[in-house]
Amino acid sequence: MSTTSPRKTVASSSFSVWANKHRKWIFAGPSMAFVAILIVFPIGWTIFLSLTNSRGSVRAPLDFIGLENYLTVLTDTERFWPAVGRTVFFTGGALIAELVLGMAIALLLWRPFKGQGLVRVAILLPLVATPVAVGMMWRLIFEPNIGFANQMLGWFGIPAQPWLSGQNTALPTLMFVDIWQWTPMVVLILLAGLSSLSDEPDEAARVDGANSWQRFWYVTLPLIRMTVITAVLIRGIDALKTFDILYATKGKGGGSFHEVETLNVYAYGLSFDYNKYGLSSTVLILFFMMIVLCVWALTARKKKGDS
Amino acid sequence: MSSLTVTKNVAATDAAPQMRKRSKTGRGYRIFRVLALVFVIVMFIAPLVWMVLASLKTNVDIYDSSKTFLFDPTLENYGTVFGRANYLGYIFNSFWIGFASTALSLLLGVPAAYAMSRFTMHKSAVVVLLARVIPGVSLLVPWYFVFSQLKMVGGFGVLILSHMFVALPLIVYIMMSFFDSLPIELEEAAQVDGLTPIGAFLRITLPLSTPGIATAGILSFIFSWNNFMFALVLSGSKTKTLPVAIFDFVAYASIDWGGLMAAAVVITVPIMVISLFMQKYVVSGLTAGATKG
Repeated sequence: MSTTSPRKTVASSSFSVWANKHRKWIFAGPSMAFVAILIVFPIGWTIFLSLTNSRGSVRAPLDFIGLENYLTVLTDTERFWPAVGRTVFFTGGALIAELVLGMAIALLLWRPFKGQGLVRVAILLPLVATPVAVGMMWRLIFEPNIGFANQMLGWFGIPAQPWLSGQNTALPTLMFVDIWQWTPMVVLILLAGLSSLSDEPDEAARVDGANSWQRFWYVTLPLIRMTVITAVLIRGIDALKTFDILYATKGKGGGSFHEVETLNVYAYGLSFDYNKYGLSSTVLILFFMMIVLCVWALTARKKKGDS
Repeated sequence: MSSLTVTKNVAATDAAPQMRKRSKTGRGYRIFRVLALVFVIVMFIAPLVWMVLASLKTNVDIYDSSKTFLFDPTLENYGTVFGRANYLGYIFNSFWIGFASTALSLLLGVPAAYAMSRFTMHKSAVVVLLARVIPGVSLLVPWYFVFSQLKMVGGFGVLILSHMFVALPLIVYIMMSFFDSLPIELEEAAQVDGLTPIGAFLRITLPLSTPGIATAGILSFIFSWNNFMFALVLSGSKTKTLPVAIFDFVAYASIDWGGLMAAAVVITVPIMVISLFMQKYVVSGLTAGATKG
């Protein structure tokens, strides 16, 4: 194929030798540089901003105020700590429900049967649906006067609920939406884990007379423990960072009583709705530390399980 | 050797050999199972059907509980969405940003994932994957400062860049687990036959990676299409994407439910159709690396 002149061959081959020798960094370098530029600088900036009283404009003079923001945030029992509480409640609640439901559905789908394809399609649809559009869809369904949710309750003689507009019901309702959208993700991950299992341990337990619950609890579950932790990790991180559905359905400040204001919504609002960049950076640093701590704890567990 | 393991990630449950167990399960369990599965299907599909139905109703019919299922369908709401609200333009924006950010991320991410997989550069991989863990807002604030200084906010460039930031870690993660499962012997054989390492990557590994690249590409496109936060801050009137456009629908005036549902259908249907046709790729992408821990 190559009928190049000898000279060119020599030139390109010396480059080629160099390139092949350093291919590791030629391949990986650009990606790492891209991510590093878009990450390292912003993190540094966020840390810096968290020590100032920045209120927006780039040219406006910044006052360096040390750890004052941290003191303000950590003693703020009106917005910050409730937001932490809601974040933990939302993430924990959604995660547990998604794991339990996801495991149940995965076990239903595990063994092959007629119509398996249809169920798979059904669970794939929520997963790829655009979260903001999903938020709007549930907003109509949960509309107190015209929504289908209350209409359905009416069939059973149950009084109408305020759902998204209620101060105490909004967050659980949105938790339900999160569960609707993301349980399928857990199902898919767990199914992948289940399908990688061999049949023998289950058969052996069956021969020993274990009932199906015992076989699940003592045989299957321990075998897919790593997969379960992976699911917790993937879904947990995303649930902690939930923004789209919360902000799209309840708007600025997470509703008039901040009823769905999680840390992410709070930090976003401080930055882009109220221009309190210094304070928002502080919240973000604390939030980020919280996430890293959770991830670290889970991966440490995972490593321990590997060995 | 086992070159067939290449596709082992894809829909592995289809190969389950447990048919013989059927006889052992009781009749009661089978009935329970059918009911449970029907319930699962209804739970996950009914709200979407509801959205489509509402998009075909007039606003008068939406407020009428006797017209829940029986009504005269109308395309009026779609007329609003495409006529008054310029959704064709938003579809183009979403598509172009998704396509460009996916293509560029594949260009950067596939070789990176290859190097990280073959040279087990786990520490380097962590740097890229860190992007997945950081809350988007903490990056948005500094980005917004810098990009508005560069007069880039509101342009396509900044949106493509920000969506690449979501896509790249995803692609690296998926492709790493794909390359891990691709036997190295094929490349070694090619090198024995006289190809350079880079040549072997380009001529042997890359063509064999088409399923993995399809998986990573489709998933990256879906994530870009669905992205809300970055586009909310960084898009302008000319570069508005679909999720931001639908948010505008409720931000002002009273809610036009029919129009809103039509807009929601317009956003979700294209991505669902793509996902249904590419089902096995979407599933294998979402579960990439899930089992090896």
